[in-house]
Amino acid sequence: MIYLILTLILSLVMLVGAVMAIHHPKLSVAVIAAGSVSLFASVLFLVLAAPDVAMTEAAIGSGLSTIIFFYVLNKIKRENDTQ
Amino acid sequence: MIRNSLIIVLLAGLAAIFYGLFSNYHGTEKPNQLASYYTAEENINAVNSANLVTAVVVTYRGFDTLGEVTILFITASIVGFFMKGKVKPKEQRAVRETSEILATATKVLVPVFIMFGIYIMINGHLTPGGGFQGGAVIASSVVLLLLSNPNMKINRTLFTVLESISGVGFVVVGIIGIILAGGFLDNRIMEMGKLGSLLSAGAIPIIYSFIGLKVGSELSNLLGDFNEVQNEI
Amino acid sequence: MEYISLATGFLLVLIGIWGILTRKNLIKIILGFTIFDTGLNVILVSIAYIKGGTAPIIDSTVSAADASSRVVDPVPQALVLTAIVIGLGVTALMLTYALKLYRSKQTLDIDQFKDLKW
Repeated sequence: MIYLILTLILSLVMLVGAVMAIHHPKLSVAVIAAGSVSLFASVLFLVLAAPDVAMTEAAIGSGLSTIIFFYVLNKIKRENDTQ
Repeated sequence: MIRNSLIIVLLAGLAAIFYGLFSNYHGTEKPNQLASYYTAEENINAVNSANLVTAVVVTYRGFDTLGEVTILFITASIVGFFMKGKVKPKEQRAVRETSEILATATKVLVPVFIMFGIYIMINGHLTPGGGFQGGAVIASSVVLLLLSNPNMKINRTLFTVLESISGVGFVVVGIIGIILAGGFLDNRIMEMGKLGSLLSAGAIPIIYSFIGLKVGSELSNLLGDFNEVQNEI
Repeated sequence: MEYISLATGFLLVLIGIWGILTRKNLIKIILGFTIFDTGLNVILVSIAYIKGGTAPIIDSTVSAADASSRVVDPVPQALVLTAIVIGLGVTALMLTYALKLYRSKQTLDIDQFKDLKW
């Protein structure tokens, strides 16, 4: 019973985060919302009895992917400023 | 106008297909034939690894792991090839001074991260973990070093040599499996121990350590490329 | 419980495809691809769930003899492990191409790149 409520809350937060990632006009907020979708998907994998997949998704999807997006955004802002 | 209505028609069609798939799914009560083959007792004792997902990834479906390692290698080399702008003379970019909390915490946390990554890699056949997770943790420690000191130059030669040796080692262990035992990436070439102890499951710790080293050094090279492109024109 | 996560996975795939088709900024299109990948992985892992099953690791709670009746399916979990790492590789490659496109035309709007239109 408790797992059912937990799954419901996680799914709602993931869907709200995904819509915000596509819809929000600022780019930094959108990138962080996509990172939070990956983070809550990792907890959902743990509730579905898959600990290997949860560890991989947390390290790669939520950590490294967000960092690479921020490197590219910083480079674009820097080229915009030096013109 | 036409474009928006076509997009809505496409999404509605996909939603109808997904609803058809969703309503045909009754939950599974018993594992199907392939899963009951992989989790039968005599097959667990033949491979002798306590983590069943590791046994599937490294020995039963080892050829798919070889394909994935190839795809990662191609990706890292394409990114390294494209990320070269016009070469700027060696001046450092003007960065803001990093805060003292980040600099002190980096000195304390980076050795802990690297030890944790090596621990996850070696214990891949006993607890959840393995090569991919350990490699990602080691790449995260390199990211922490790059964030606290953006003008640091990472040692490209070391990571490239490490990656090449690990890739070649992985293929060589697989070919030794063809010569000495049943097939490609068979783990019976070294002796099996007792189920659940550290020195068990034949060659699985060695294969997974090679994969972990390769993934870790590849992702570190990728992040170093993304960091050095900030300096160029 | 697996019905809820299966429906979430399908909805994430639909949101990702909507984001790819309607947005004009290149970075938003790449974010749509990332959400699409995460949704697909959720679908694959929730098909592998068996009612009342536990994680596929043999230790003091699950012994090797009754592993085949209490453990969830390990094969889709191995496939998702590979798929997550390849998703990261594809995202890094797409971001490299976005940076090269920005350097050539100084804009991230996809309507300005008209070189391949007839």
